[in-house]
Amino acid sequence: MSVLRINNICKTFDKDTVVLRGIDFSMEKGETVAIIGSSGSGKTTLLRCLNFLTQPDKGQITVNDEVLFDAADPATQKEREIRKKRLHFGLVFQNFNLFPQYTALENVMLASELLAKEQEDYRHNKKEIHERLLEHAKQLLTDVGLKDKMGHYPHQLSGGQQQRVAIARALALQPDVLCFDEPTSALDPELTGEVLKVIKGLADQNMTMIIVTHEMAFARDVADRVIFMDGGVIVEQGPPQEVFGNPKHERTIQFLRGYNNVG
Amino acid sequence: MTTFAEQFPIVFQALNVGFIQTLKLFFVTLIGALPLGLIISFGSMSSWAPFARIGRRLAAKNGPSKKSTFFVEFKPISLVVKLVIWVVRGTPLMLQLLIIYYFPGLVWKNPVWGSGESGRFFAASVAFIFNYACYFSEIYRGGIQGVPVGQTEAGQVLGMTGTQIFFKVKLLQMVKRIVPPMSNEIITLVKDTSLSRIIALQELIWAGNAFTKGSQGISGEIWPLFFTGFYYLVFSGVLTLLLGALERKLDYFRA
Repeated sequence: MSVLRINNICKTFDKDTVVLRGIDFSMEKGETVAIIGSSGSGKTTLLRCLNFLTQPDKGQITVNDEVLFDAADPATQKEREIRKKRLHFGLVFQNFNLFPQYTALENVMLASELLAKEQEDYRHNKKEIHERLLEHAKQLLTDVGLKDKMGHYPHQLSGGQQQRVAIARALALQPDVLCFDEPTSALDPELTGEVLKVIKGLADQNMTMIIVTHEMAFARDVADRVIFMDGGVIVEQGPPQEVFGNPKHERTIQFLRGYNNVG
Repeated sequence: MTTFAEQFPIVFQALNVGFIQTLKLFFVTLIGALPLGLIISFGSMSSWAPFARIGRRLAAKNGPSKKSTFFVEFKPISLVVKLVIWVVRGTPLMLQLLIIYYFPGLVWKNPVWGSGESGRFFAASVAFIFNYACYFSEIYRGGIQGVPVGQTEAGQVLGMTGTQIFFKVKLLQMVKRIVPPMSNEIITLVKDTSLSRIIALQELIWAGNAFTKGSQGISGEIWPLFFTGFYYLVFSGVLTLLLGALERKLDYFRA
């Protein structure tokens, strides 16, 4: 059974800028998929569609056999439910988007505490629930190597540390699929390693992940499958050794050659 | 009465009465204009476009045209509110005071403000609240629009509601952004209250000025006017300290 299945996702901005021209793919539980492609190929828009930040014009999104979104069915587009549906996905942004007024620990805990407050038994077990969430958040920050930075505010952390907090924050809600939108693009080169190491660790724990990235070596190393997108379509996909080692499509070859020349 | 020692208690007493009127106008303006300004700022940011659907249908049918763009971008609430803000910020507060005070009596033949000092205070409050709310609204707008959209999106992907995102994520960042410009306006308000003297509100300067002309047996004295300046200095000094403390309190994070 696929964790995630998306069918024919299309998106056009401003009537004539076609960004996605019918994307289909599915993912198995525990799979790590890397999406590569040049800027403007629609990678980020695809992630935004999955996280309901952008509404596709056409297509369906299915998670664990439940249709979360169907462009043809307005019943799946109610604002109130979209909020809950978002919880199937996590998103780590390119520029972190941590909440500056909260410490690392508070950033990780905020959303889960707010969600807990909506539970009926929250009032009676306030303390226990809080303790449990606190322990969970501390564990997550420890896992990403920030045990001694929990009380720091975002501006007191380096870019790499901020991004690791953002990863812990996304993990706190235990999403079915964790998405990364160029997680290292805003970082100084010497800071990318620590973030990539954390993501690699998640892959080893079989977290289901979609990673949009420009780090080809990383994609090759971490992904079970690589998808190359261009002009709003999936041009080629397959195991990394195939896509990188023996690309079949002319556009893939061109794209990868550009990278080899630079790097 | 000629000696300073004899004049002082009388002047001090009169200036205190005037200063209380100044303080009253200051606080009434703040209490009224701070929330009203927020409402006005929401109005100026209103994206309600009643003909957007018509415009989009036109554009879909015949391609985008000037007409279709106009329909899509015609936002009446925002337009009207921005027009009002422009008029209020673009004309002197003194003029607004005079018009608001005299208009009901002269045009409607119905002096709604009532007579005497309380009537003048009522009219002055209305003029000040409306004028300052328009200035505040632009500061609020800057504060609200200054919070990066990524903050909202981060809240959304974490399953937070719009209300939670506003109160738990954006509000404090907005407050931090608006404190410095707000402090400027508030300090200006301290001194602007004296404009209400134009409709003879008996505030601090009115009280000091009385002794240049003659009041309670004291006339031709300039020092009471100098002394009013002292009140303004002390009051704005206290406010500067308070607002500075608030700014420092929000210094623990960067936004």
